[in-house]
Amino acid sequence: MAKVLMKGNEAMALAAIKGGCDAFFGYPITPQNELPEYLSYHMQEHGKIFVQAESEVAAINMVYGAAGAGARVLTSSSSPGIALKQEGISYMAGSELPAVIINVMRGGPGLGSIQPSQADYNQVTRGGGNGDYHLLAYAPESIQEAVDIIKDAFRVADKYRNPVMVAIDGLIGQMMEPVDLDKPIDLDLQSKPWAADGHGAKRGKNNKILSLFLDTKDLETHNLKLKVKYDQMVSEEQRYELVQTDDAELVIVAYGSMARIARSAIAMARQKGYRVGMLRPITLWPYPVQGFEALASNVTHLLTAEMSLGQMHQDVLIANEGQRQTHWFGRTGGVVPSADELFDVIENIILKGGVA
Amino acid sequence: MSTKVVYEPTKGLTDSPLSYCPGCTHGIIHKLVGEVLEEQNLIGESIGVASVGCSVMSYEFFNCDMQQAPHGRAPAVATGIKRVKPNHTVFTYQGDGDLASIGMAEVIHAAHRSENITIIFVNNAIYGMTGGQMAPTTLIGQKTTTSPRGRSLDQGMPLRIVEMLATIPGATYLERVSVHDPKHIIKAKKAIHKAFEVQTNKQGFSLIEFISTCPIGWGMTPNDSLEWAKNTMIPYYPLGVYKDTREEREPWIKE
Amino acid sequence: MDQRIIVAGFGGQGVMLLGQVLSYTATALDLHTVWIPSYGPETRGGTANCSVIISDTPIHSPLVEYPNILLALNEPSLRKFENKVTPGGVIITNSSLIKDHVFRDDVTVIEIPANDMALGLENLKTVNMIMLGAFMTQSTFLSEEAIHKTLEKTFSGAKAALLPLNQQALAMGYEHARSHA
Ligand SMILES: Cc1ncc(C[n+]2csc(CCOP(=O)(O)OP(=O)(O)O)c2C)c(N)n1
Ligand code: SF4
Repeated sequence: MAKVLMKGNEAMALAAIKGGCDAFFGYPITPQNELPEYLSYHMQEHGKIFVQAESEVAAINMVYGAAGAGARVLTSSSSPGIALKQEGISYMAGSELPAVIINVMRGGPGLGSIQPSQADYNQVTRGGGNGDYHLLAYAPESIQEAVDIIKDAFRVADKYRNPVMVAIDGLIGQMMEPVDLDKPIDLDLQSKPWAADGHGAKRGKNNKILSLFLDTKDLETHNLKLKVKYDQMVSEEQRYELVQTDDAELVIVAYGSMARIARSAIAMARQKGYRVGMLRPITLWPYPVQGFEALASNVTHLLTAEMSLGQMHQDVLIANEGQRQTHWFGRTGGVVPSADELFDVIENIILKGGVA
Repeated sequence: MSTKVVYEPTKGLTDSPLSYCPGCTHGIIHKLVGEVLEEQNLIGESIGVASVGCSVMSYEFFNCDMQQAPHGRAPAVATGIKRVKPNHTVFTYQGDGDLASIGMAEVIHAAHRSENITIIFVNNAIYGMTGGQMAPTTLIGQKTTTSPRGRSLDQGMPLRIVEMLATIPGATYLERVSVHDPKHIIKAKKAIHKAFEVQTNKQGFSLIEFISTCPIGWGMTPNDSLEWAKNTMIPYYPLGVYKDTREEREPWIKE
Repeated sequence: MDQRIIVAGFGGQGVMLLGQVLSYTATALDLHTVWIPSYGPETRGGTANCSVIISDTPIHSPLVEYPNILLALNEPSLRKFENKVTPGGVIITNSSLIKDHVFRDDVTVIEIPANDMALGLENLKTVNMIMLGAFMTQSTFLSEEAIHKTLEKTFSGAKAALLPLNQQALAMGYEHARSHA
């Protein structure tokens, strides 16, 4: 199909509709407003639900309710709003409810700025809610990739009965790129026999959605059952892209907009004859450790590049297991680094750091 | 040649230029609050709480100590401040998204506890800062970016805040005013005076609601906005004193 | 070579739309393109700008730090971005609103009195289309035919009545830029 030019936030909204989203609950916050605004108009056309909640706390609990009743549900927000949603997210993970959460990240902490940022890395991958739980978390680098991930995210959430987060930075939300929204997908709409959907009589038993287990043994058993799912995600859901790593001596690790900038920096480096490549995490949780394992022995240096102050670098260090020399570069607070800036860092490492 | 001072800026505001759009009445309300702070000699001892909305930067504008609160939480932040600084004037400055939507619980419970604070509540029937989304106060049929076909009943009837708070026993003084013309501006200032007096007399919770304009969010000229505030908003949000229990209220805060 | 464009001016001059028309046209021609608006407090002071990249190869970094074409619709925009234009690049200015000329001597400068011309058309809103016309003399990838198709889509439905005027503005901008190059 022909591509259409769309703003990231609007394309993601349309992608959610295509992914079978039944209901959206959200609260305004920059830089994601075009997403709910688009849905406020178009959900109605599709006979779907749009509600502007009174707060993010309310929005995520509306998601919790609708997901418990068996619907495919979406919410979106930006960093401070995602912070408020953590309670509900923990409840959903504990109650094993699927939902899709889009986080269009901006600068923090606190009210921060509304410019693009990746400083929610820990919030996305570790969460701020209580308990032993994980979210599947994606971090696309383009509008096309965001759209493809969101269209499929409802299926993945249903499969694991777990919330899925799509974390993008404000740049991808605000920019426009040509995008193909018509790639076929398998909605894989399964019945949800666990849902508390009011069909107790037909079902012959009552369904309960809850995360309360007063008996410690029961709660541990429940947690171990969740862990089986998380282990399965770790082995089956890691996604990453390797860019020109075959001959690379230095590999940049970067995701989202930062990965786009890294591509430009790599092109500049290659022109100078530097052998530089990139490992681009597409899932932030599970972290694509398999990508590090796939790097050949010619890769002697890793350079984390992120729009935050070392948050992802921690995961790089874990994945690296001390094997390669590691370096870090980052900007924060809504500052988006230029390719030139990153190139200088690369050149510096190569000239000083003994990369031949 | 003699010069006549026609306009003297109030000392209750700093020199920072206001960041509001042309024709936005946030500026008038700032000036009124600043003047009252000055006239009641409160400048050097007050603590203001800025909320999240177009007035987020009000910590730059009010000429007193200021703290910036998370979205909707200003009454709770003000409670914390007032409880440890009971002899200082504490006020919040909040929009209708901030106060009537995400911060509803905080304002109700501040009133419920009759916190001895003053709330300046700016109702412009829209979310200005984030680009014109629907607020709880948006009128039926009013088009916003999240009510693109006009607010419908299933998005709720517009909330009348002072009427609602009037049912709370702890609320001492509640008044709705407007700033769409000079006559109403004078009345509005009197209301602010009263609210701060309530606080100084330790008589508990006071809130003044302002009918305010948002030319940008409404998509109107400043003049049309003033007309719309007068002819469309005020009929739904009638002006007046909704609660005044000053007489009944003993100073209750322990020294 | 990629065209890396910055369009900058006052809010209300149609800066964002101008940039979008370029990206819509590039999309229709199956080219690679990205459009990025300035947003937030940056736009509050009344200035607006957007960047556009048009390329026949995939676009890596979507940011335009160094444009090879600058469309400056007012003086502050010219001063803000003038020094970022790559040597050999092009600066198109709305000379009606710019008193001081472009200081650079290593770029091609096209001055176009867009506000005066728009007043001639009795519609100041056509300034952006006049500038677009001037840009078209410098376009590597976009054909006139494709631009016209985009305009037909942009000015359709309730806005259809505005199409002829905007087409006329485009043609005037193009002619002026060509004859004064
Ligand atoms: C937790 C959180 N959610 C959302 C936002 C985004 N936000 C900023 S201002 C605002 C609404 C402001 O509207 P209002 O209170 O009516 O004030 P106005 O701008 O109209 O003066 C919102 C939702 C935020 N900053 N923090
Ligand atoms: S957006 Fe509306 S409320 Fe905010 S400053 Fe502008 S006019 Fe005032």
